[in-house]
Amino acid sequence: MKRSQREAEESSRRIGRRTLVLGGAQALFAGVLALRMRQLQVTQADEFRLLAEENRINIRLIPPARGILYDRQGHVIAENEQNYRIVIVREDAGDPEQALARLTRLVRLDDETVERALKEIRRHSPFVPVTIADRMRWEEVAGVAVNAPVLPGITPEVGQSRHYPMGPDFAHVVGYVGPVSDYDLSKLEDPDPLLQIPRFQIGKTGVEAKEEELLRGKAGTRRIEVNAAGRVIRELDRIDGQPGSDLQLTIDAGLQNFMQARLGEESAAAVVLDIEHGDVLGIASSPSFDPNKFVQGISVADYRALTGTPFRPLSNKAVQGAYPPGSTFKVVTALAALEAGVITPEDTVWCPGYLKLGERRFHCWSRGGHGHVNLTESLQQSCDVYYYDVGQRVGIDNIAAMARKLGLGVHHDLPMSAVAEGLAPDRAWKRARYGQEWQVGDTLNASIGQGYVLATPLQLAVMSARIASGRAVTPRLVRSIDGVEQPSGAGAPLDIHPVNLARIRKGMDAVVNSRRGTAHRSRVVAEGMAMAGKTGTSQVRNITAAERAAGVFRNEDLPWERRDHALFVAFAPVEAPKVAVAVVVEHGGGGSAVAAPIARDITLRALYGRVPPGEAYPSDQRWEAERRLNDLPLRDPGSFASGGRSRA
Amino acid sequence: MSYLEYNVKRVPTGLSKVLYVNWALVLLLTAVAGIGFMMLYSVAGGRLEPWADPQMKRFALGMTVMFVVAFVPIWFWRNMAALAYGISVLLLVAVDFFGTVGMGAQRWIDLGVFRLQPSELSKITLVMMLAAYYDWLDIRHVSKPQFVALPLLLILLPTALVLKQPDLGTALLLIAGGGIIMFLAGVHWAYFAVVVAGGVGLVSAVFASRGTPWQLLKDYQFRRIDTFLDPSSDPLGAGYHITQSKIALGSGGWAGRGFMQGTQSRLNFLPEKHTDFIFTTLAEEFGFIGGISLLALYVLIIVFCISSAMQTRDRFSSLLTLGIAATFFLFFAVNMSMVMGLAPVVGVPLPLVSYGGSAMLVLLAAFGLVQSAHIHRPRGR
Repeated sequence: MKRSQREAEESSRRIGRRTLVLGGAQALFAGVLALRMRQLQVTQADEFRLLAEENRINIRLIPPARGILYDRQGHVIAENEQNYRIVIVREDAGDPEQALARLTRLVRLDDETVERALKEIRRHSPFVPVTIADRMRWEEVAGVAVNAPVLPGITPEVGQSRHYPMGPDFAHVVGYVGPVSDYDLSKLEDPDPLLQIPRFQIGKTGVEAKEEELLRGKAGTRRIEVNAAGRVIRELDRIDGQPGSDLQLTIDAGLQNFMQARLGEESAAAVVLDIEHGDVLGIASSPSFDPNKFVQGISVADYRALTGTPFRPLSNKAVQGAYPPGSTFKVVTALAALEAGVITPEDTVWCPGYLKLGERRFHCWSRGGHGHVNLTESLQQSCDVYYYDVGQRVGIDNIAAMARKLGLGVHHDLPMSAVAEGLAPDRAWKRARYGQEWQVGDTLNASIGQGYVLATPLQLAVMSARIASGRAVTPRLVRSIDGVEQPSGAGAPLDIHPVNLARIRKGMDAVVNSRRGTAHRSRVVAEGMAMAGKTGTSQVRNITAAERAAGVFRNEDLPWERRDHALFVAFAPVEAPKVAVAVVVEHGGGGSAVAAPIARDITLRALYGRVPPGEAYPSDQRWEAERRLNDLPLRDPGSFASGGRSRA
Repeated sequence: MSYLEYNVKRVPTGLSKVLYVNWALVLLLTAVAGIGFMMLYSVAGGRLEPWADPQMKRFALGMTVMFVVAFVPIWFWRNMAALAYGISVLLLVAVDFFGTVGMGAQRWIDLGVFRLQPSELSKITLVMMLAAYYDWLDIRHVSKPQFVALPLLLILLPTALVLKQPDLGTALLLIAGGGIIMFLAGVHWAYFAVVVAGGVGLVSAVFASRGTPWQLLKDYQFRRIDTFLDPSSDPLGAGYHITQSKIALGSGGWAGRGFMQGTQSRLNFLPEKHTDFIFTTLAEEFGFIGGISLLALYVLIIVFCISSAMQTRDRFSSLLTLGIAATFFLFFAVNMSMVMGLAPVVGVPLPLVSYGGSAMLVLLAAFGLVQSAHIHRPRGR
């Protein structure tokens, strides 16, 4: 492309003119920058120099006091303790190793602590205070303060740390707090500046984690003047933060303590619900652990001990453990059948000890069979064949719908970690999950609470509460926040005919209080305290035909992890139900022999409000029951010397 | 004047090109980078690690790149302009898919050896593309609407991609840089008047949209504007940067506190002290004299570029040189305004001084283009 000379000159003239304009604008802007620099650095220099040098203004965050947790009687479950700690600033200390060596002569510090402190000092900038040790005794801190002149850069400080006076009793419910980790920070979009404070503690599990926002409170700020040496000259102003909200839980600390003690070292869980409001009165999981160890920073050995056992102490089995509910699920099948109209209470089923489906035999737990069985008898004796037959007739979709109505296979929103949903399987579920059609055999298994069905102890307690009350009772863990009552979980009446519910209750009554009931040994004889319930023994293994022919192994002869789970759901008193209870003992054996006695003790403790008297037990069991209860390592929740609310 | 004429006039070839390098510019760039090394050494507390040493290595690499680019004839670069622009747009698209998220925005492509920031590259390739475009375009057509629309599209394409990352600072720089080239190329005044009016309208629209579901900026971007307007409203949060930065500048006074004596930066009052806020360290430690000297060096670089541009004879060379100079100007002007509290905090580094690989390499490569235009201009008759 050839252009004329003239055009090229015109073009470069035009660029020249525009360049002049642009250059002028740039020069003008550079001039503005220079003037601004002059204004800041020369005209206002004195003012800024004052701010920066003579009285450097620091803005310090005032960490708010974390909210206190109380039980339903006002006993403190989680509180804040004064915590003396020793802090080092590398810049002022000079040689940190030497400073620490001098410090070890004053206070006892183990090598691990010193090592960790040195590592942390090296990681941070020289002016960042690093905590060497916390939870010091007052005498040690005083010693450090007195010797301050020979310990440059090392100062004692007072802060607050979380303390759980009831230790293991509430480890699973309340959880524990710990220092903010990088992982915690990475999860937050706009982290609270508080979290940047070294060793600031936030909830890691349980209520502490789930209600973190409420419990943490808002940071206050303090503007202080410090001189060049870092000494605080005066406080200019402060904006007080807002302490975290206090939470009152629905749990009864005495009952909770009793439940944990009663479960003992079994791998087990138990839940007690107040039927009127859905209040979780007690929710125990054993074995437990001491949450205070986590707050202080748990040692590797202790942590290994907690994670290295099949009893899983860190897991909150009451809400995280999903178990095949076994025969406790029969109430669901029965209720679904009654509601669908496929059976009447008087209809009987012939039980020869098994049900034949094609070539396959589905066995009843009683080899000899139960003979003719009606509804009440089927619950009372827990006849499997009755439910194979009835389950087949009512269909899995009706059973699953009833299970959900009763609170199984649905999420219950409690502020606890990893609340499991369980599973109420139906045709659609199996198609979506496995891409297979539902088989009749699946229905038979589900009818007796085996196969795909899974429920947590909490869900079983909810089921019991709903059957007992006829209302959609919803569990509630937080009773009030800063004194403001939270909505009740009483729930609306269930869409189930009251007569049918009464029939199921009658069956559950028979389980415990009639001579042939599977839990007859665990009956209550005290006036107006009678308990109704349903036993469950859920298999965790398949019984082969060969084994069945040779005689089924007894649980005691099997390794622990292959034994059956023992379950029991209950409500009491039978006439006017107040509490609903569920107990699951992992690999405990039979529901009637293992779970029912525990459930009775816990139910009575909840009804009496104290350790139950011997009179409540049948006369032949009285002596044994009194001895058992006396041997429990109980503690009175009022006996914990508690600082209560301490706010520095 | 066409490229054919270059062959007629005397154009340096071979090793003689070394004599025609704009050595004054090389010296100025080195001086600015040297100030950068000193400041990075200082903010690291008197250590070469972690910033000064890698920065020096990158500068050495960047200088090599600059000379390689400089010795390649300028008409080669003109022919490469469209290709370079295309590649940089593709890279911006690629960032969306393969980019790494850093500091809350997706800006990087990890190449294994180093991480590339395509938005840096696009600032220069856009200038090249526009210069080549106006070189090709007949001067009589520059103000015709259809020939104004095309460069607008060329500007808005990378801008939109950068805005999506999101990187408001770079997006504004792209618009400003592109607009300046269009202005220099002689597009009619009226267009700019319309754009300014439109800009005012857009700003009002942005503020009107706040809090509505279709709001045009992210919340943090609104917050930055709030803090700029009133830093004391949030002294602990976003306003912290500006307040502390002003204190650092002010406390430097006339002559500063002396090398490595700045308390504000050394005590970590300043975040991003080694990148966007490095000027405050300079101003604190060397005072008004230090700050104004750096400003003077920058202005001199611009002056040398403009004078070089006035001596080149083809439109591509002069527009390219002026465009790169203008982009460079925008960099330091925006950064300085930001740290002195004249503009909201947008992520624009101080050119050649702030710690950062992509920005330095790309800038030095751009000055290689300026040098190439300078070397390969026809001389004498």
